[in-house]
Amino acid sequence: MKDQKNLKKDFPIFSSKAAKKDGKELVYLDSASTTQKPQIVIDSISEYYKTSNANIHRGIYTLSEKATAQYEEARQKTQNFLNAHSANEIIFTRNTTEAINLLAYTFGEKYINEGDEVIVSELEHHSNLIPWQEVVKRKKAILKVIPIKFDYTLDMDAYHALLSPKTKLVAITAMSNVLGTKTPLKEIIESAHKKNAVVLVDGAQSATHQKTDVKALDCDFFTMSSHKMLGPTGVGVLYGKEEILKELPPFMFGGDMIKSVSQYNSVYADIPAKFEAGTPNVAGVIGFGIALDYLQKVGFKTIEQNDKALFSYAVKKLSAHKEVTLLTPPADKNGPVISFTVKGIHPHDIADILSQDNVCIRAGHHCAQPLMEKLGIPATARISFHIYNTPEDIDKMDKTLQKAIKIFE
Amino acid sequence: MDIYTEIILDYYKNPRNEGPLPDATTCAKEDNPLCGDKIRINLKIEKDKKTGKEKITKATFCGNGCAISQASASMLTEKLIGKTPKAAEKITDEDIKKMLNIPISPAREKCAILCLHAAKKALVERDSAKAKKLISCTTCKKKSARA
Repeated sequence: MKDQKNLKKDFPIFSSKAAKKDGKELVYLDSASTTQKPQIVIDSISEYYKTSNANIHRGIYTLSEKATAQYEEARQKTQNFLNAHSANEIIFTRNTTEAINLLAYTFGEKYINEGDEVIVSELEHHSNLIPWQEVVKRKKAILKVIPIKFDYTLDMDAYHALLSPKTKLVAITAMSNVLGTKTPLKEIIESAHKKNAVVLVDGAQSATHQKTDVKALDCDFFTMSSHKMLGPTGVGVLYGKEEILKELPPFMFGGDMIKSVSQYNSVYADIPAKFEAGTPNVAGVIGFGIALDYLQKVGFKTIEQNDKALFSYAVKKLSAHKEVTLLTPPADKNGPVISFTVKGIHPHDIADILSQDNVCIRAGHHCAQPLMEKLGIPATARISFHIYNTPEDIDKMDKTLQKAIKIFE
Repeated sequence: MDIYTEIILDYYKNPRNEGPLPDATTCAKEDNPLCGDKIRINLKIEKDKKTGKEKITKATFCGNGCAISQASASMLTEKLIGKTPKAAEKITDEDIKKMLNIPISPAREKCAILCLHAAKKALVERDSAKAKKLISCTTCKKKSARA
């Protein structure tokens, strides 16, 4: 296992003077929102612009071939990362939100009809809820919601009861961005397939913390965002089974997604180009490929060990305050995310006081308002980790939290 | 300068004019999409028997929020009482910042001015069906203990 201090060194923001506040070092505990970037990822982007910049899939000249090769190499890296059957199953988007919207507009339009049912869960981020709300409104279909239980895990009995011959799609998160709850994907997918429903897994939180194997999962779609995986912003991934993607209509129309165009009609390209209209984020995709290399070099074993160690340590520290209520599922079902509330202090105020000591945490509804309603609270404070975090980060957070509790005493 | 001054904390812990206003003549609520906080402002506007001029005679707030939003709402209700609707409409975001007298970062600005926007909405939507429906809604209860 690589020494934790060394890994922090890979991320230049932590030694940047500009990221300090009144001389205080940056303590970043908001990786569920977005992660920091290692130097090699940052370098790969400027290197691309310095040495390989050209538009892809068009030029006959060497520079364009070089850019195209690097872009397509990132697609292969993504295929390997997810253990997909083919690189054609990897579609690059702007982010997870766009990947899910792509499906809502293509799969939703083609296969979801009046009276059909779409199942989501109470754990979903707005990005895996609203696109489906809109599809069922457009198609006069029905949205069904898997509730959570008192221990913040999915009510699987309720799920099985919701499944019906009318279920067309189950859209489910792999890991809640608010509670950190991991969902039993295998069981969800197997049961849905028995009813001939397809399953979309929102992997925005999970893909950067645990190994994803889409073949073993047998999910039909999987989405993730580069910026939560130590990669640049502006790149997302939609994985889809080749046989399903082939049958879907295009999402956006324009350059790069066609076979031939005449004045009044066009023939569209095969996958994946069919879904990648216009010049994509070439530099970002290449940077994302480097981020995947980095994640795999560190290894999910190390990442999970660090996540677990920090989680237990933070839970121990936070539980020591009688004012703190933790919203965490049982230990074997959680990711590196801890939501909590503090009696008498609004999460916004906690985040503001922590920020005074350059400790970054998230406060609010975390783009999961229906979940907040279910929990009966307007907002939570949330800390989340990644590979660059250390127990000292938790100590610094805890020290300032004590200060906050004192201010509001 | 610290934003959690004694005055802010005092208004947060011991809010003035908090709770429903059964004899309100108008009310409105505003949501903060950033954090999910909600503020509702209830106003009673009456004609002064001597001058015949309209005046805000009662003002309360209810809702959930951070110390800044709750203190701001409480202070604003005090400021509104006794004002004519016209004068109340002239209160600006800057006035609220001056009233709070703390450095407000861009991230907290919405928390501070949410109450003013609710108050102005209540004035604009006077006599509307929406305001009348909200008056009859009594789900907002005074919080004696904060969770």
